[in-house]
Parts: sequence; C-alpha cells; structure tokens
Amino acid sequence: MTGKLIDLPTAAALIPDGATISFGGFTTQRHPMALIHELVRLRRRDLYLFGHSPGGDWDLLIGAGCVRRVELAYEADEAFGTVGPRWRQAVERGQIEWEDYSNFAMVSRFAAGAMGIPFMPIRSLLGSDVLARQALTEAQRAADRRTSPLKAHVLQSPFQADDRVVLVPAIHTEFAVLHVQKAASNGIVRIEGQTFADVQQALCADVVIVTAEEIVPEETLRAEPERNPIPHMAIAHVCHVPFGAHPYAVYNYYDYDPLHLKRYHDHARDDAGFQEYLDRYVLGPRNHLEYLEAVGGPLHLNTLRADPAYGYSPNLRRRRLES
Amino acid sequence: MSARPYSLTELMAVAAAREIRDGEVVFAGTGLPMLGAMLAQHTHAPDCCIIFEAGTCASQLAHLPMSVGDPRTLRGAATAAGLQEVFNYVLQAGRVDVGFLSGAQVDCHGNINSTSIGADPRRPQVRFPGSGGSCDIACLAKRTIIIAKHEKRRFPVTVDYVTSPGWLEGGDSRRQAGLVRGGPSAIVTTKGVMRFRADSKALYLESYHPGLTAQAVADDTGFPIDIEGARETPAPSPEELRILREVVDPERIFLA
Repeated sequence: MTGKLIDLPTAAALIPDGATISFGGFTTQRHPMALIHELVRLRRRDLYLFGHSPGGDWDLLIGAGCVRRVELAYEADEAFGTVGPRWRQAVERGQIEWEDYSNFAMVSRFAAGAMGIPFMPIRSLLGSDVLARQALTEAQRAADRRTSPLKAHVLQSPFQADDRVVLVPAIHTEFAVLHVQKAASNGIVRIEGQTFADVQQALCADVVIVTAEEIVPEETLRAEPERNPIPHMAIAHVCHVPFGAHPYAVYNYYDYDPLHLKRYHDHARDDAGFQEYLDRYVLGPRNHLEYLEAVGGPLHLNTLRADPAYGYSPNLRRRRLES
Repeated sequence: MSARPYSLTELMAVAAAREIRDGEVVFAGTGLPMLGAMLAQHTHAPDCCIIFEAGTCASQLAHLPMSVGDPRTLRGAATAAGLQEVFNYVLQAGRVDVGFLSGAQVDCHGNINSTSIGADPRRPQVRFPGSGGSCDIACLAKRTIIIAKHEKRRFPVTVDYVTSPGWLEGGDSRRQAGLVRGGPSAIVTTKGVMRFRADSKALYLESYHPGLTAQAVADDTGFPIDIEGARETPAPSPEELRILREVVDPERIFLA
C-alpha cells in the first residue's frame, strides 16, 4: 500500500520553472532542504516564492539563480547569519523582484487563501512604510496576475466609527512543500513542536508535497487525531526523507548543525565562495544520500541527534567552531 | 569599560531585564532580548511569561535559543502552536505587555528601520532581512523596548524606512495613524538608556553607561537630545552577573 508515497526526485520534478511555491518551517527549523537541493540540481528558474521568515532555504535558491520574485517578511538564519547573504546581494544588485510584508501580514495572507476568502483584516502595519511603500512597481504587479494588484488596503470599519484595519490579500500558490516529523502513506501528517504557518501554507496551495523524517502506519497517527493538524485530503504527495531538513533542526529528531551553517555563511559571503559551496554540497552530490555523506556522514549527523528528554541536543557545540 | 567586572553586553542585558516586571507577558527576539528575558525570569520576574512568534508560549528556557524558531523555545512551554495563534490571539488581542525590537536605524521618535539603507527602498545601498514580526510587535504590544548600537549614523533624525512604527512624528500621531495601543518606552543602547517625554514623545537621556558622560552620548546621537538630569546606568549586581554567566548563557553564545 504505497498510496501517496513517491520518491524525492519524482516529487521535485513535479515543480516546473516559474511555479509559485511556499516552503514550510521558520528560520532555523523544518525547512524541506532535501527537496530544495533537488530543485537546484534540476536548475529550476523563475520560481515565485511566498514566505514569512525563511532562512537558508530561500538563500540557497536565490543564490543559485532559481528565483525571480518573492513576497516575504524576513530572510535570515537569525543568530547564525543575521541577513541572508545571497538575498542581500540579489536585492543590492537588482537581480530579484520582491515585496515586503510583516510576519503577521504573511500568515494572515496564507490563512485567507486557506479559508477561501479574498483578504484578512489585521491591526498591524498602520503608520509603517511596510504599508505606505511598495517594492514592486505597478508595472511589475500588472505583469504577473499571480501578484495582488494592490499590496494592502486600509478599511474604515463599517461597524464602528474611528476603527481602522488593514486588509492584506489572500495568497494562493501552485505548490507548498513541508518537512515534518511523521507522515502516513495516505497523507496524514504529524507536526511536533511549533507548527509555524505550515497548516495555512499547505491549505492555500494546489499541490502539497510533504517530506517526512519517518513514514508510520496510518493507524499510529489515527490513534491521536488531535495531533494531526492538516486535513489529509489536502496532501498530494508524501516522501520519506530522513535528515531532510539538514542543516536546520527538526524537533524531537535532530538539532540544527552549527558547523554546517557556519560553513554556509562563510562561503556565501562572495560569489566564488557560494559557487564552491554549491559545487561541493548541492550540485556535486547526485542525491540526498550523497549530500548527507558530503556534510559529514552518519558519524557527524549522529552528533546532532535530539536527546529525547529535550527534543534537541543539549550538549551541542554552538560557538567557536572551525569549519 | 574593560577594567570593570562586566562586559557591555552584560550591562545591556541587565538593563533590558530590568524593563520587565513580574507577571508580564514578554515577546522576546533573538540575542539581547532573550538574555534579558531569561535573566528577568531567574531574578525579579519569575512569573514573566516568555513567548515567541514562531509559536511557543510561556517557555521555561533551559538553553539559550539562537532563533525564535529554535526547538529550545519548546522547553517547559505551556503551549506550542504557530504564528497564526500567537499573532492573532496573543499579540493582536492585546495580551502582550512588552515586546523587544532592534534595527539598523532608530530615529528621534523611536521609529525603527530593519529593511534597508538608502532613500529609495527599491534600490537600496544596503538590504537587511526585513520586518519579520517587528512591525507587528511595534504596532500591537502594550509597550516596546528597543535595543540598539549607539552610533551617530544609526540615530538619524528620520529613518530611511519605517519598518516598525514608534511614536511616528511624536505627539498624538501614533493614535492618529490608527494604532490602538503601544509605543516605545525605552531605548537601551551601547551607550545609555533613553526614554520618551509623556506628551511630546521627545527622547531624553535617562542614563549613560559607566565610563561615559551624558555629553559624549549626546555627541554620538544624530539629533539633539535632552541630557539634563541624566545619571550613570546602575551597574549589574554580582548576583545578576552570576545568573547571566552560569544559568542564562554558560555556553557564551551571546555573552562572548
């Protein structure tokens, strides 16, 4: 009974050039990195990404030239890298089209799309340049019907005088890709720890691909349905990908990899270094298993494994690393 | 400050911690705010509730997180959910007492820029990560504390881009813009602590860090600032330093 199970290269190949996508996770946890590496190997172009707080998942795709337009709130690895180096370069060189929102605005936009309504009212953004200014020009907005014609709109409440809200437009994407702890072959998904905006992102996408650390029997997940946050009919494909979020953390499975994140940020500072990183860790390895070997193999990966009492590795060395 | 028995980061973490009152709900970000919030929880504010926008509420941190999405924020947490729950039901609903913010530029009314440097944000000289949740926290927390590096160019009269609204143009302008609550209450910098006058929302220097003078801090600020009555920032106590070093950040993630 394979159901929705497919292998990772098959899943990645479903995503064409120019597709609109959102990836699950938040800065340093649960990004579907193995699938993103596949997209780089496939040399995808002109991708259109929507996100709240991505990190190196986007930075890698932007640096590899896979991305044309993004709508986002933030792009960095927080304390591991306070601004995504390739994102910064791409903006400063005029190589990417983008629109700025806030995290609350973005999750509200995903939620509106997930609920099938055209916008969501929020009390944030008022008085800010996130509301007052647009990074995309009118021409850029008009040129792609997948971009909202209007960034946001201030509405006077029809119910109360002197009460204003900001309407932010719904997002619909062709694809959402999540990396989770456990999934069943019929598409039931178990997320442990924070859910981030994974649920809203999945439910506003046409096709949802889930990569999971473990594939477990359907009955195991059905035994605790309150812990399965996404209606399984919304999940199209499931891939079994252990260490699929490396170098980012997966709660209860493994921690982030400070050594490899330092390696990325040391390399990504300049073009030559970034190319060297790509060649060595993404384009050189032919698949996810070869990637895991390239970053240190089981000997290294085992040092990242979560202590069951914590859900992370309490003795992980996080500073003063030599890459 | 090298002759003193504490570092600048330690002094700032203690100053940040002292802004938190016991029982408050605290929206913490990576770095100094986390040091401050954890220190407060282990000293004068054991019942403060630390929340993270990525989805965790009431964390009892055992190890310093390196991101707000860090699995370490789940330690002892009362609730784990997602951005939707935290932003809507906690922040927007008015349940956050104090939020911490930081940025590349802060102006004379506490407006913050963490988006880009340059007059035209479409063609910036320098690009930063962007708002993240900062704009939301600035709009919707009951009050905010700003952490900043104190240099003249980082404290201009007006910021290049208002990522996170402070008191906007001062006076009543924040309420005029439609914001229902909040506003910055203090700026903890590498040189001192600044606060805002009640009505005008003009900044004044409350304290300068040991080893500096009020005038030296004013000289490093890009707009005129009232320094009358400014005193020296109180030094960290030995107990605060011990907890910071032994309990909060024994790995020297941010204290290094």
